[in-house]
Amino acid sequence: MALYSEKVMDHFRNPRNVGKLDDADGIGEVGNAKCGDIMKIYLKIENDVIADVKFNTFGCGSAIASSSMATELIKGKPISEALELTNKAVAEALDGLPAHKLHCSVLAEEAIRAAIKDYYDKNGIAYDKAMFPDPHDEEEHGFEEE
Amino acid sequence: MKTVYVDNAATTAMSDRAIAAMAPYLKEIYGNPSSLHTAGQVAKEALEDARARIAACLNASPREIYFTSGGSEADNQCIRSAALNGARKGKKHIITTAFEHHAVLHTLRKLEKEGFEVTCLDVHSDGLVTAEQVQRAIRPDTALVTVMYANNEVGTIQPVREIGEVCKRAGVVFHTDAVQAVGHIPVDVKADNIDMLSLSAHKFHGAKGVGAVYCRKGIPLNTFVEGGAQERGRRAGTENLAGIAAMAAALEEACEKMPANSEKMLALREKIIDGLLKIPHSRLNGNRIKRLPSNVNVCFEGIEGEGLLLLLDDKGICASSGSACTSGSLDPSHVLLALGLPHEVAHGSLRISLSEYNTEEDAEAILKAVPEVVEYLRGISPVWEELEKGERKHMI
Repeated sequence: MALYSEKVMDHFRNPRNVGKLDDADGIGEVGNAKCGDIMKIYLKIENDVIADVKFNTFGCGSAIASSSMATELIKGKPISEALELTNKAVAEALDGLPAHKLHCSVLAEEAIRAAIKDYYDKNGIAYDKAMFPDPHDEEEHGFEEE
Repeated sequence: MKTVYVDNAATTAMSDRAIAAMAPYLKEIYGNPSSLHTAGQVAKEALEDARARIAACLNASPREIYFTSGGSEADNQCIRSAALNGARKGKKHIITTAFEHHAVLHTLRKLEKEGFEVTCLDVHSDGLVTAEQVQRAIRPDTALVTVMYANNEVGTIQPVREIGEVCKRAGVVFHTDAVQAVGHIPVDVKADNIDMLSLSAHKFHGAKGVGAVYCRKGIPLNTFVEGGAQERGRRAGTENLAGIAAMAAALEEACEKMPANSEKMLALREKIIDGLLKIPHSRLNGNRIKRLPSNVNVCFEGIEGEGLLLLLDDKGICASSGSACTSGSLDPSHVLLALGLPHEVAHGSLRISLSEYNTEEDAEAILKAVPEVVEYLRGISPVWEELEKGERKHMI
């Protein structure tokens, strides 16, 4: 289908890092079933590095592909780098997403941030609350246009 | 890989007979039916021959058939025309159902902005409206009742004859969008008490870009495409003669073969429904009995329809879904929501629409592929996990 790039179709057909981590250090879940997208990210953290990451996603092809790509982009990276991952970077790594699907890449970014926040909370690590704005405060998913 | 095309409610392949009927008008008989010379008059004869044959299939008279560019244009013209003629008599109320095609709903939405009042009837969980509902909704200022003959997504067949009877007694114009019905189930405009009807050729193995309005004698039909005097002044523009000739051939063929085709599709439909409903937490959308022989519409909990379609496409199966992602909006299909399905469930819908070209092998391919894909998508779905753990309540 011409709707998606080859990269999107590849990550949709053969998603990387799909699954769960039973001993996850941080779990982030964003989206809601009513809107048709839920992403859940599991992180294993060792020495401030994302030692392992898995995801489960309910959603369309681009939601699954965005989750897959986002996990690839942060695996083995320090938390500080994972926090810098933007939806734009996810979409670019997928060779672009159709305009009405960009919110899928936003969800991927949000899911990772939510998982890191969960890790900080569980481990009593102090952080600047401004780093994690509640995505539900926004009326709609905000995203950077390409 | 063999393609299993089961999206015939979207469009169909042309039949050999329709293609053969079309061919002469592309090259040999290319005159303009409005021209006075022989080439034009031969074309004019062919046009009127096609009109008479289409009329006969609907039990209409040829003068009651007007050719259009398709179903959407026909819906627009009928509804707008009935509304404007009603308004002239001070009648500005229109009755419809919540699950009409967008060609109807968007036309009505526009009319609302122009001062009309629209009553949308509930279609209940089984996708059926009743004549009593229409009866109760009719007011002294009702200009038009427009109820589809059969729904395009869930295939439910509305009690058109009874609704027509109610409208006839009340003196209200009755229009039906019969795009999914004509050529699939018997449609008799007289017996069904229909004043105006829309049809589209490519839904019954004709060509795309051609359709027709049936407008009963005595009901005014306004012009919205201004220009020449084609279609007795109701629709300007040189007629799509090749498409119209193909439409006549396709409709005749569909009507001739209707009993055999219905029986064949019904058997496939029932086999597919039974097979798909074996998947846990699935449901059939729309009444199972009062349903087009070609339509299957099933929801699977815990998954989203677009992924389902893409993975089925990988296996050569072309189907459709009412999920938000496939509709291009954030909301899933208005038809499934009108049936009262929660958003979460409506996102996981699959529509399979058959034609007589489908086979037992196609049904078997579907029944093999769909459970595999549903299981895979459920396996990576956090929603399914929560449903299975009891953290989220099963809805179906």
